[in-house]
Amino acid sequence: MSSTEGILTSDGGRFVPGEGDKVALLSANTRHEIDLWIARFPSGKQRSASLSALRFAQHQNDGFLTPQLMDGVAQYLRIPAIQIYEVASFYSMFETHPCGRHHVSVCTNISCWLNGGENILAHCESKLGIKVGESTADGRIFLKREEECLAACTGAPMMMVDHEFHEYLTPEKVSKILDALK
Amino acid sequence: MAIKPTEDLLNVIVDGVAIKAPKGAMIIHVTDVQGAYVPRFCYHDKLPIAANCRMCLVEVENAPKPLPACATPIAEGMKIFTKSKLALGAQKATMEFLLINHPLDCPICDQGGECELQDLALGFGRDIARFNERKRVVKDKNLGPLVSTDMTRCIHCTRCVRFGQDVAGIQELGTTGRGENMEIGTYIEASVDHELSGNIIDLCPVGALNSKPFRFQGRSWEMTQVPLVATHDGLGSNVYGHVLRGELKRVVPRVNDDINETWISDRDRFSYTGLYASDRLQKPMIREGSQWREASWEDALQVAVHGLKGTGTSLGVLAHPSCTTEEFYLAARVARALGSNNIDHRLRVRDFRDANADPLYPSLGLPLAEVDALTGVLVIGSNLRSELPLLAHRLRKAAVGSGAQVAFFDSTEREYLFPVAAQFIAGAGAWCAELSGVLAAAYDLVGVTPAPNLSKCVKAVRVTATHLALAKALCSGTNRAVWLGALAMRHPAYADLRVIAAELARVVGANLGLLAEGGNAAGAWLAGAVPHRGAVAAALSGAVGLNTYEMLHQAQRSYLCVGAIEPATDIAEIGLAHAAFKQADCVVVLTPFVTDELRQYAHVLLPIATCFESSGTYVNLEGRWQSQSCAARAVGEARPGWKVLRVLGNLLALEGFDYQSSEEIREELRSLLGVISNEAVQLSVISTHVPVEGTTNALFNQQRDDVPMYAIDALLRRAVPLQNTAISRRDQALHRVSGVHD
Repeated sequence: MSSTEGILTSDGGRFVPGEGDKVALLSANTRHEIDLWIARFPSGKQRSASLSALRFAQHQNDGFLTPQLMDGVAQYLRIPAIQIYEVASFYSMFETHPCGRHHVSVCTNISCWLNGGENILAHCESKLGIKVGESTADGRIFLKREEECLAACTGAPMMMVDHEFHEYLTPEKVSKILDALK
Repeated sequence: MAIKPTEDLLNVIVDGVAIKAPKGAMIIHVTDVQGAYVPRFCYHDKLPIAANCRMCLVEVENAPKPLPACATPIAEGMKIFTKSKLALGAQKATMEFLLINHPLDCPICDQGGECELQDLALGFGRDIARFNERKRVVKDKNLGPLVSTDMTRCIHCTRCVRFGQDVAGIQELGTTGRGENMEIGTYIEASVDHELSGNIIDLCPVGALNSKPFRFQGRSWEMTQVPLVATHDGLGSNVYGHVLRGELKRVVPRVNDDINETWISDRDRFSYTGLYASDRLQKPMIREGSQWREASWEDALQVAVHGLKGTGTSLGVLAHPSCTTEEFYLAARVARALGSNNIDHRLRVRDFRDANADPLYPSLGLPLAEVDALTGVLVIGSNLRSELPLLAHRLRKAAVGSGAQVAFFDSTEREYLFPVAAQFIAGAGAWCAELSGVLAAAYDLVGVTPAPNLSKCVKAVRVTATHLALAKALCSGTNRAVWLGALAMRHPAYADLRVIAAELARVVGANLGLLAEGGNAAGAWLAGAVPHRGAVAAALSGAVGLNTYEMLHQAQRSYLCVGAIEPATDIAEIGLAHAAFKQADCVVVLTPFVTDELRQYAHVLLPIATCFESSGTYVNLEGRWQSQSCAARAVGEARPGWKVLRVLGNLLALEGFDYQSSEEIREELRSLLGVISNEAVQLSVISTHVPVEGTTNALFNQQRDDVPMYAIDALLRRAVPLQNTAISRRDQALHRVSGVHD
């Protein structure tokens, strides 16, 4: 290995991404973003980039992960595939089954609950014709399972749409937001 | 993991008793030494600490809450209470939580009766459940043919996960999901394939992971436990056989920190599944023309005696390298009493030159426990993970734990689950030249002149960077070893390889290890089952006998085969073997299994017991003598090999065959060892053997000589679960060896 090969890590070491049949499933952009995250950790600690790597892999695939994509991430990071499956199945921001492209999560934790969060969720369900945890048939919207507190209690009730917070919700406001999703 | 010994001692008080304990120790280490039992599920001596079951909570003075004993380091003056109200209350509460989702299916659970959860629930739990809600159900996983799963029983201790990560070196199982949805599994449909994976059965403290072949075969309390020695490699792993009404039901590890620690290989664990194969020989059989008929022992033995008597030097005796020492000793005595020194156990060896430099027995050259502390190792011609799985595990500990530099010299690239300093891949035909290159590099490194017998082959080779890398890896640190594996021993120029390897070891101050195949190669040598030496290397009366190759090449009048020898797979020179046996006047075969191959050339078949059904002694590659008593009842009319040989000796009117027990035979051999002087035991002959230039080595056949892990002996070839593993399927695809017989 030449001294310029691989990714320069925070401790001055170098990490050479792994190869494998599934690595090709990761887009050039995803690989570039993963490289940037690997560089933030000491050499040999590239497992720490798992979360970020999965985020980009999910992003390139319209919001959900497949076993093949996870294998690609594992091969690229040179760690056992099961360690990536563990992370992907643990965190609620990762979807391991096909779902709609816009992720809508309505908070029903204590502050939002006291301010009518459950009504907001019920409104979503009846408007979209799906239950929480399901996606619309046109693949447009995925109503994620109830989120735990998203730390926006001051704006309760709230929901998150594709990483964006929407606060002080009313059913009318929610309808508008959902209709605007393409 | 176990604590490292240190000078730094701290004072702690366990349940009112003041003791000193090494700094860095966890509370559970101290309480265990003190004999104050603390219940635990996730903690295991040989695994890294996880502290996720919370069962080992104890009270520590001035700590606001109970603390997990497995993950709390001791401190000076610490007062620990393992039986206080707070500690017992915390343990009881933990147990209640653990049982919330655990099914109450002990009556149909194989773990019942030997279950840590059952035991601790009795000792530390409540007697009545307060949980009336629904219990969760977890789908079972298919982990392959060896490990059964009942994942609803899992308590998430993660021992199996940590075993994969830190012992096997490849994580196959993991924890997926979280909270209520957390599961242990492989996430995608996948089997656990590592050659030690069966150990997760023992590690699992509940009935979630169990032995698939043993499923519903017996209850732990109705079986008898018999200490045994595993016979599929030279390690001599300690195991227990569990026997129900005379039938062997399963094999589990017996802890011996000097040999196998708490582990055994899947091969040693599941080989018993071949024991009751449909082609077990049940009764003695005699061939009349081309017809076989069952016979009484008396008649069959008479045929054998008739065939063997008076053959003199025209008798050839072959014994399988996994026979007991007693069988080797009696077989050698029968042969020599009849006037023949033609006896050998090296069935897959082709090169018998340089016999003067043979050691007393092939040995690792150092105690197994010291392998963990090696710093530089060169392994020559060995598929180590397949030949000696637990030796590979110890080597892994050395490489991962203390950074040992391990280099491999092999004919094909193999996966070792630890950092390998250098891997040199050369076709078997080039081994002597390339190994000379490594020796030349070592001479350069150390700065000595070549030994006279080796100067020519060293000069003939150009030292490459890879030669140097191997020599450098071997020279790292001060604890060095050179090992010659079974592939090297099957090499047509083994003598050349050995003299080069021995010189390499001498030059760099390394221990030379010879990893002979079979469960008792050392015992065979000590018992005199070689043509050029008597028991414990005593000088022979008469000329040196014929080795395996010679006695098949020059057909003998009679043959006596002892142990499960199936020439098609067990003998290197298969063509010669068939021809020689067919020409012979009489072939007497003592075997536990009978095949069409045997029926074609044998004249009399005598059923003998397997290693599980006979008492006997095995000498492992450290030279450790381990005796076992008989565990299971022998199938049909089969008798222990030593008894058959004793009776043969009597019927042949040979003197001194009046042994009453296998112990008596062993003691006779041991007493011979006693009178051999220490110098002779070492047999430190420095070989002057000159490697032959340009040995063609055309005889080496990678497909045939790289014997698959689960095809090395007759019992394994009949062990159906092992034949169905991913390892076997891979090997069979590579070698096109058909494994299963029935």
